[in-house]
Amino acid sequence: MFTYLNDWFPVFLSLRVAVIALVIVTLAGLPLSRLMARREFYGKEFIEAAITLPLVLPPSVIGYGLLMLIGKNGLLGSLLSQMGIQILFTWWAAVLASTVVALPLMYQSARAAFESVDVNFEKAARTLGAGELRVFCTITLPLAWPGIMAGLVLSFARALGEFGATLMVAGNIPGQTQTIPLAIYFAVDAGDNATAKTLVAIITVFSFIVIFLVNRWSRRRNIRLR
Amino acid sequence: MIFMLEAYIKKELWHFDLDLSLSIGSQIMVLWGPSGAGKTTILHCLAGLHKPSSGYIRLNGRTLYSSREKIDTPARLRRIGYLFQDYALFPHMSVRQNVLFGVKGNKSDFEDHFVDPVEMLNSFGVGHLIDRFPHQLSGGEKQRVALTRALAASPELLLLDEPFSALDKNTKTRLRKELKELQKRWRIPFVLVSHDEEDASFLGDSIITLPKGKS
Repeated sequence: MFTYLNDWFPVFLSLRVAVIALVIVTLAGLPLSRLMARREFYGKEFIEAAITLPLVLPPSVIGYGLLMLIGKNGLLGSLLSQMGIQILFTWWAAVLASTVVALPLMYQSARAAFESVDVNFEKAARTLGAGELRVFCTITLPLAWPGIMAGLVLSFARALGEFGATLMVAGNIPGQTQTIPLAIYFAVDAGDNATAKTLVAIITVFSFIVIFLVNRWSRRRNIRLR
Repeated sequence: MIFMLEAYIKKELWHFDLDLSLSIGSQIMVLWGPSGAGKTTILHCLAGLHKPSSGYIRLNGRTLYSSREKIDTPARLRRIGYLFQDYALFPHMSVRQNVLFGVKGNKSDFEDHFVDPVEMLNSFGVGHLIDRFPHQLSGGEKQRVALTRALAASPELLLLDEPFSALDKNTKTRLRKELKELQKRWRIPFVLVSHDEEDASFLGDSIITLPKGKS
């Protein structure tokens, strides 16, 4: 079946984009969700709504918003172009689109996971002499881990599958910004069924294996920690 | 070293104001009162998990909290052990990892205070459970492990929140005796919170009765 695939570029690009987006989503999403799970402050609901919005907006709206942000006259775009950097229609724009749509999934899973950790465990750790960093790394994070893992998987899957916003900000430049979902769409469009089928098979099998392994792992862990 | 706790705590809660002063040496003080009287809040204030509205807390000459001097030592530096009502054993750690969590790696601490937590588990009769996880322990076993964990951090004061409420009657009677002996051996102040009159009369070298919170 793989012999039908002449161009492996979309596969590697998709993986690269999804992995980088996942790293950004994790680094931004974990501290953010931890903060929102444990602190009350003015304007919290507003920030929360803003983070979650990409989950419910049509991809074309997100794409349009990102165009406004990183376009030539956009807020970020004009700043970057002064520094001689352009990310519009490069694969970094695909990373940006994937990050924005994946962040709400990470945020929601991680926040629920952090909230589910009994505060008494954290308090007990403090009375035993642990500082905040140690409390987080040895108590909060391990106890919230199943939920965070779910967030990681969902975010990765969402980043891997991102289509609409990516098309608008990164375009469909074969060999440069063409990810698997874009390649499938344009292969079908061009009547190249062999390529489309192969890419569909690859992304389906890969996603299935990831979800299967994570589910199996989390069930075993829950049995142990019951 | 003579152990001494002196505290005056004022804490405004949403339905009433707590106002309590206590002064104890190496003995067991029982704070007795109905639920909703703010007993746990007092322990939280002493341990540094809540901030009182005003007052002071002094332990062995160290001022841990003082609203006037603007001192508020964080919980981790107070050297106050806390036995939680449900014991709060870390569910993802074995008994061994739990009791070693608070042991300081610091040499000078070892010399005068250090107690081997493993030996202590043995003396409590739960040494054979060292590689088990909290969900595999009975209520009484959990309490002994939690006590070991709190004492292994060599605290200068031990706070106990309803330590017997999760236990059946026989275990309760046995553990009460054990606790009384334990305090005599450790010679640090214990402050125990309970709504059970028997706990108070059996254990309390001194008893403070808290009124029911006014609504």
